[in-house]
Amino acid sequence: MRHIISLLMENESGALSRVAGLFSARAYNIESLTVAPTEDATLSRMTIVTSGSEEVIEQIIKQLNKLVDVVKVLDLNDGRFIERELMLVKVKATGVHREEMKRMGDIFRGRIIDVADASYTIELTGSGAKLDAFLEAIDKTAILETVRTGASGIGRGDRILKL
Amino acid sequence: MQLNGAEIVIRSLHEEKVEFVFGYPGGAVLNIYDAIFQQDGFKHILVRHEQAAVHAADAYARSTGRVGVALVTSGPGATNAITGIATAYMDSVPLVVLSGQVPTAAIGQDAFQECDMVGITRPCVKHNFLVKDVKDLAATIKKAFYIAASGRPGPVVVDIPKDITAHTARFEYPESVSLRSYNPVLKGHSGQIKKALKLLLDAKRPMIYTGGGVVLGNASELLIKLVKQLGYPMTNTLMGLGGYPATDKQCLGMLGMHGTLEANMAMQECDVLLAVGARFDDRVIGNTAHFLDHPRKIIHIDVDPSSISKRVKVDVPIVGDINNVLTDMLELLAESDKTPNVAALKTWWQQIEAWRDRNCLNFNRDSVIIKPQYVVEKLWEVTKGEAYVTSDVGQHQMWAAQYYKFDQPRRWINSGGLGTMGVGLPYAMGVQLAFPEAKVACITGEGSIQMNIQELSTCKQYHLPIKVILLNNRYLGMVRQWQEFFYGNRYSESYMDSLPDFVKLAEAYGHVGMNIEQTSDVEGALKEAFAMKDRFVFLNFLTDQKENVFPMVPNGKGLSEIILAEDL
Repeated sequence: MRHIISLLMENESGALSRVAGLFSARAYNIESLTVAPTEDATLSRMTIVTSGSEEVIEQIIKQLNKLVDVVKVLDLNDGRFIERELMLVKVKATGVHREEMKRMGDIFRGRIIDVADASYTIELTGSGAKLDAFLEAIDKTAILETVRTGASGIGRGDRILKL
Repeated sequence: MQLNGAEIVIRSLHEEKVEFVFGYPGGAVLNIYDAIFQQDGFKHILVRHEQAAVHAADAYARSTGRVGVALVTSGPGATNAITGIATAYMDSVPLVVLSGQVPTAAIGQDAFQECDMVGITRPCVKHNFLVKDVKDLAATIKKAFYIAASGRPGPVVVDIPKDITAHTARFEYPESVSLRSYNPVLKGHSGQIKKALKLLLDAKRPMIYTGGGVVLGNASELLIKLVKQLGYPMTNTLMGLGGYPATDKQCLGMLGMHGTLEANMAMQECDVLLAVGARFDDRVIGNTAHFLDHPRKIIHIDVDPSSISKRVKVDVPIVGDINNVLTDMLELLAESDKTPNVAALKTWWQQIEAWRDRNCLNFNRDSVIIKPQYVVEKLWEVTKGEAYVTSDVGQHQMWAAQYYKFDQPRRWINSGGLGTMGVGLPYAMGVQLAFPEAKVACITGEGSIQMNIQELSTCKQYHLPIKVILLNNRYLGMVRQWQEFFYGNRYSESYMDSLPDFVKLAEAYGHVGMNIEQTSDVEGALKEAFAMKDRFVFLNFLTDQKENVFPMVPNGKGLSEIILAEDL
């Protein structure tokens, strides 16, 4: 099953490679991994999207907790949570595409953030599934380039990951 | 007080009350070696290869329970240390390895003798540090010692660029460490301990299975108390030998691939299993599915939560320091009105004795050609079971584990997890330095001993009266055994031709060498060797070339599918 694991770790060089190294050394899946500093400059927040049996996920959480640089680990799937990912898509915007792309962007609540003679760049946020759906919905031959951040996640309501 | 980085390293090691630093000098650590020259707080042991430095520090740690320290230079010095570090990591041995690094400004420039030590050791250390500012040096060393020794112990690398050892800073050694991201759980959950005890007392066919955690956690005393009070059978893993007296009736011997029939059968057929500081390794439980086929309730005590339910799902996990958990468990047991089920236990013991009566470790003691088992058995007698025994890896290691009956913890020093050939001699050095008066025997094979044979020179320099017990069968025996069983007797590259004359070799290094070629000479040779209290003696026993290690649970088979020597 797909799990989103959120963690806080020391904002130190090498911390990211400890996490990445753990996943490759123990043959765990990584679908995506995002990391950035938090409002507390000494801490980084990482979101890892992974998949595996319940036993594998349990091991992943334990192994992450074992890393000396990792301060706190939360499996978002243990409760209700929100997941968001940002995607930038550059699409052909000539002829029939020009109007069509704008319309599709609107339907998916995307925003056109760069306009050129022959292309648009559309910014979209949502769950990974929503971004996939957008790419499915538009003419594949019109896609020039995509870049996605990978998922970030946060617990709903009182679920807070903080020191 | 302003000190340079090199002096800070030395002073920090003094603060940690380090007795020995095992090392080898080189460009990046010259400042540190200069500071070593000017101190006498610890003794530096100059090895002949960095791998041996780490192994020796590792054995010092295993035998004393203190943190071992090694010092190596950058680049090749650092990479030579890797096998030693990985060996210690797999067996959870507390080590601090200090490595030199090229100057900060040269890092990443492919400088002479540069190697990304933090990167290359990441998967085989508990933690590692690159010191980038001399002001952080003392605190980093303090953290390294704390992390290495606490929780589940392990090796910690501190990589120190050369310029840092020259820069100066105010020296202040921190009194304590607190890391917000590192807080090992030490106290076991009382509810879980209660549940565990109830299960144990309800058991009809109980079994206690203990590993290296008991030895590392200094929990032997309490383990003996618990096992004695319950009257249950117990077994040790390879790493747990000595954690419970091997000569005691309740001890069924080692379990696993080359464990005894009684230990493996009891492990398979028990209805409640208490695992203490052991990790259900593949060499211990054999085929996992086969093991799980037999229903049993499992209680698992371990300081490392990730060891629990990693390979085998357990029913009652207890995370904590073994001493703490066993203390709580014994208290509860004393208060409990419940007692073990005597009638069921009697039947269970009858079954176990029937297995034990098969005498699975029997071998031909009348053979003229020396049986390797016989040498180990005689070694045990001659040393009255009190020696520190180090071993290398292979058949001889298994015979040592089977026939030397360890009654005390920290006497059996071997590479269980990584299975590193070549550890035996440097291990013996670390132990002999820690215990100068003790009898130290290194049981080895002619393959393994040649992997760190250069250390004969170190042994001479420091007058280490180690006794090397070479079980020389002219084969890479364990490889040959597998080829015999699973590869149609095709002995691919497992025969060693052109072996050195080990007696002359020992003599060339300034030691005593002895050849022993028949059974009747074994005991006399051992007595003669141990009588030479101040000499290093290399005993080359020419043993039966075709002897195999039994019992054996073939790879991929279940514990009850064990093969005995008599079955063939």
